[in-house]
Amino acid sequence: MLAYLSLAAILFSIGMFGVITRRNVIGIMMSLELMFNAVNINFVAFNKFIVTDSLLGQIFSAFIIVVAAAEAVVGLAIVLLLYRNWQGINSDQVNVMKW
Amino acid sequence: MTSPQVGIVFWIIAFVMLISAFMVVSLKNIFHSALFLILCLFSVAGIYVLLQAEFLAAAQVLIYVGAVAVLMLFAIMLTNNLASKKIRQANRNVLVGFFVSVIFCFITLVLLVKTYVSVWGKLKPQAVLPAQNVLVFGKYLMTKFMLPFEVVSVLLLAALIGAIVLARKERS
Repeated sequence: MLAYLSLAAILFSIGMFGVITRRNVIGIMMSLELMFNAVNINFVAFNKFIVTDSLLGQIFSAFIIVVAAAEAVVGLAIVLLLYRNWQGINSDQVNVMKW
Repeated sequence: MTSPQVGIVFWIIAFVMLISAFMVVSLKNIFHSALFLILCLFSVAGIYVLLQAEFLAAAQVLIYVGAVAVLMLFAIMLTNNLASKKIRQANRNVLVGFFVSVIFCFITLVLLVKTYVSVWGKLKPQAVLPAQNVLVFGKYLMTKFMLPFEVVSVLLLAALIGAIVLARKERS
């Protein structure tokens, strides 16, 4: 169990590194998917080793997968819109909402 | 970890997952990092199988590998001239981000080990998960989690319509 949780923690840290350092918006979203997956591994591991009398963890991670898919769809639509209007999808070029 | 074979499989999957995740965040070419993202998501599905979550493993392969990663590849190819090698892919705070991530990972691991020693290691092993996991899963989805199930379908519909409205060409 400790191995699974440690694996999820390391995966989350790698995803956080990607979110902090990527310039490309698509790169940031891929790192976000890594972080979602780390959280899902945590839920399923707790469901297997601690709370074994129900399947709450697995159901919750199924909902997380669905919501992450919806988020990816909307985010990539926004990325295409940015590309069409600014000819660039780097996160430091998109600063019109910065005051 | 019940048997040594499961342990060996776990370490292989963990190794593949961490290497490919590191490639995802560090490669210059964003197309290659999307391909490594697919490998990483596959190994997460393998972890689900090891944790007796077969339905989640199938859903992971279908949704993430089949839909999300392909969507990422499409978006990268539609914005292709930005993914070339000449453009800098990382911003100025690589060093800061690296140290923040390492410190976060270290603190989390220390907390995990301490909590495991003090709390989780002392728990009595309860009943194991039922072997027919998918049946129980479906029963939960149709009885106790009926309302979140429907709400999530409405959310998917809203995301679909929102993506179409956002990405549509504006006609003047």
